[in-house]
Amino acid sequence: MTAYLLKRLAISLATLLLASMVVFAVLEILPGDPARLMLGMNASADQVELLRNQMGLNAPMVWRYLHWVGGLLSLDFGRSYTYSVPVIDLVRERLAVSLPLALIALALSTIIAIPVGLFSASRRGRAGDTISMGAAQLGVAVPNFWFALMLIYVFAVWLRLVPAGGFPGWGAGAWQALKSLLLPAVALALPQAAILARVTRSALIEVLNEDYIRTARAKGLPYRTVLWRHALRNAMIPVLTILGLQFAFLLAGTIIIENVFYLPGLGRLVFQAITQRDLIVVESVVMLLVAAVIAVNLVVDLSYAVVDPRLRSRQ
Amino acid sequence: MTLHVDIPEETFSSILAKAFRNTAFVTGFVITLLILAMAVVSYIWTPYDVTKLVIADKTQGPSLAHWFGTDHFGRDILSMIMVGARNSIAVALVAVGIGMGVGVPLGAFAAARSGLVDEALMRINDLVFAFPALLSAIMITAIFGPGAVNAILAIGIFNIPVFARVARAGAMAIWPREFILAARAAGKSSTQISIEHVLPNIATLLLVQGTIQFALGILAEAGLSYLGLGAQPPMPSWGRMLFDAQTRMVVAPWMAIFPGMAIVITVLGLNLLGDGIADILDPKSRRQR
Repeated sequence: MTAYLLKRLAISLATLLLASMVVFAVLEILPGDPARLMLGMNASADQVELLRNQMGLNAPMVWRYLHWVGGLLSLDFGRSYTYSVPVIDLVRERLAVSLPLALIALALSTIIAIPVGLFSASRRGRAGDTISMGAAQLGVAVPNFWFALMLIYVFAVWLRLVPAGGFPGWGAGAWQALKSLLLPAVALALPQAAILARVTRSALIEVLNEDYIRTARAKGLPYRTVLWRHALRNAMIPVLTILGLQFAFLLAGTIIIENVFYLPGLGRLVFQAITQRDLIVVESVVMLLVAAVIAVNLVVDLSYAVVDPRLRSRQ
Repeated sequence: MTLHVDIPEETFSSILAKAFRNTAFVTGFVITLLILAMAVVSYIWTPYDVTKLVIADKTQGPSLAHWFGTDHFGRDILSMIMVGARNSIAVALVAVGIGMGVGVPLGAFAAARSGLVDEALMRINDLVFAFPALLSAIMITAIFGPGAVNAILAIGIFNIPVFARVARAGAMAIWPREFILAARAAGKSSTQISIEHVLPNIATLLLVQGTIQFALGILAEAGLSYLGLGAQPPMPSWGRMLFDAQTRMVVAPWMAIFPGMAIVITVLGLNLLGDGIADILDPKSRRQR
C-alpha cells in the first residue's frame, strides 16, 4: 500500500513538472510581445527594448523557466501586464468567487446524484428507474451554458427571484453574494449530476448482484440498511473516480459559466487574460488549475484506501 | 491465413433484429439520421437565405412564416439551425477522426509492446488529462486564431488520449486469448496481429466511444463558438447563435431556446445511439440490465 501511494505521489509530481514545461513552452510560441502590448503601437523600439530588459524577457529561456517555477513555488507569480497588480492578488480575489462556486456545484451534484442513483438501482427496470435515467440521459445532453440562459430567463427575467448576473462581492453580505452564485452553481451542477447518477446506478447494480448483499438480506437486515451501508460503500470507488474526473470539467465549466453570468472569477480572469495576451496571468492560472486537477486525482487515489479497507491491507 | 475463432453465434440479421427491439438504439438512430438529413438538405434548400439580412423582420416571434422566429438581423432561426448543423457535425466528426486516427494506433501499439513503451505512453496520457480540455481548447484557438479549423484541432487533440486509453484497455484484454497465440505461432508480427486480429475485436468498443466523443465534440464546439472562438460569422453556428441570444433574452427568448434544443436533441440522439450499440453488441452490459 505504502509503495503504491509513493508511486502515485511520484507520478503526480512528475506530471506536474512536465505540465509546467508544456505550459511554459506553449506560451513561448504564443504570438505577441508583452512589452509591445503594454506600451502600445506608438512606442519606439528603444522603449520596448528597455521594458523587455526590465521585465526579464531577454534572459535565456531556461533561466526564465527556472525563475518562473521558483516564483510559483514561493507563491510569487509576478505582476499582471494588463492589471498592473501582483498576479497572486488577482488570483486570491478571483478564487473568492470561483472556489465557493465550484464547491457549491460539486456539493449540489453529489446531493442530487447519489440518491437518484440509489433510487434507480433499487428499482431497476421499473418505471421510477426508467424515468430518472431518462432524465439523466437528457441532463447529460444539455450544454451547461444554455441551461444557464434558460435559468436566467425563468428565475431572473420572469420571476425576478435572483440577479441575472454580476457579483456584489462578499462585502455586500453573505446572502446577497450566495444568491448571485446560486444559478451559476445549479447550471454547473446539473450535467455533472446526470453523469454521476448514471455511474452510481451502474456501480450499485454491479454490487447488488454480489453474494454478500444476499447474505446481508438473508440475515434479516432491512433493505435500506443493506443499500446504504453495504452496497453504496462498495460502489463508491467508480463514483469517486468520476467525481475526481469531473473536477477538471467543473474548473473548465466555470470559464463558460462565469462568462454567462459576468462573475469576476478565475475562469473569466483566465479567458480575458488569454484574449488580452496577458501571458503571466495565463501561465500562472493555468498552472494553478492543472495542479488542482492533479492534486484532486491524487486525493481520489488515496481515498480509495479509506473507502475500501481491502486496499489498505494489501501489500 | 485468417483465424475466425471469435465470431459469436449471432448472424448479422439476428443482430439487426435485436437492434430494432432496442428502444435506445432505434430512438438514437432516428434522431441522428434526422439531424444528418437536416444538414444535408441545408446544402440544397433552406426556408430562407441565411446570408440575407432583412432588418424589417428582426426579432419576430415564432409564426407560420418563421417557425422558430427570426434573429436581430431578421434571419430565419430554423434556416440558421439547419446550416449550423453542418458546422457542428463537421467539427465533431473530424475531431473524432483525429482522435481515432492517432489514438487507436497509439493505444494498440502500447498494448502490443507493453513494458516501458506502454508506461511512457500512458504517462503522456496522464499529462494530457491533467489539462482541463476546454481550457486548453481555448488556449489553442487563442494561439492559432478563432475559426472552425482550429476548433477541430483543439477538440481533436483531446480525443487522442481518450481513444488511446480505450484502444489500449480493449487490446490488453484480447492479447492473452488463444487465437492471438495461434496467430503468433503462425509467424505473424505484432503489427499484423494488431491490425488483423486485435482491431476487429475492439471495433465495437471504438464505435461506442466514437459516438460518445462525437456528442462531446458537439458540446465542446458549441462552447467554443459561444465564446467566439469557433466558426466565425456569417457562417451560422449553434454556439454563436446562443451568444447572440444572450443579450436579447428579454425581447427574443426564442433566439436562445431553439438553437439550444438543437444541441440537446443532437447530443441526446448520439448518446442514445452509443448506449444502444453497446447494449446490442456487448454481452456484459446486456447481463447487467
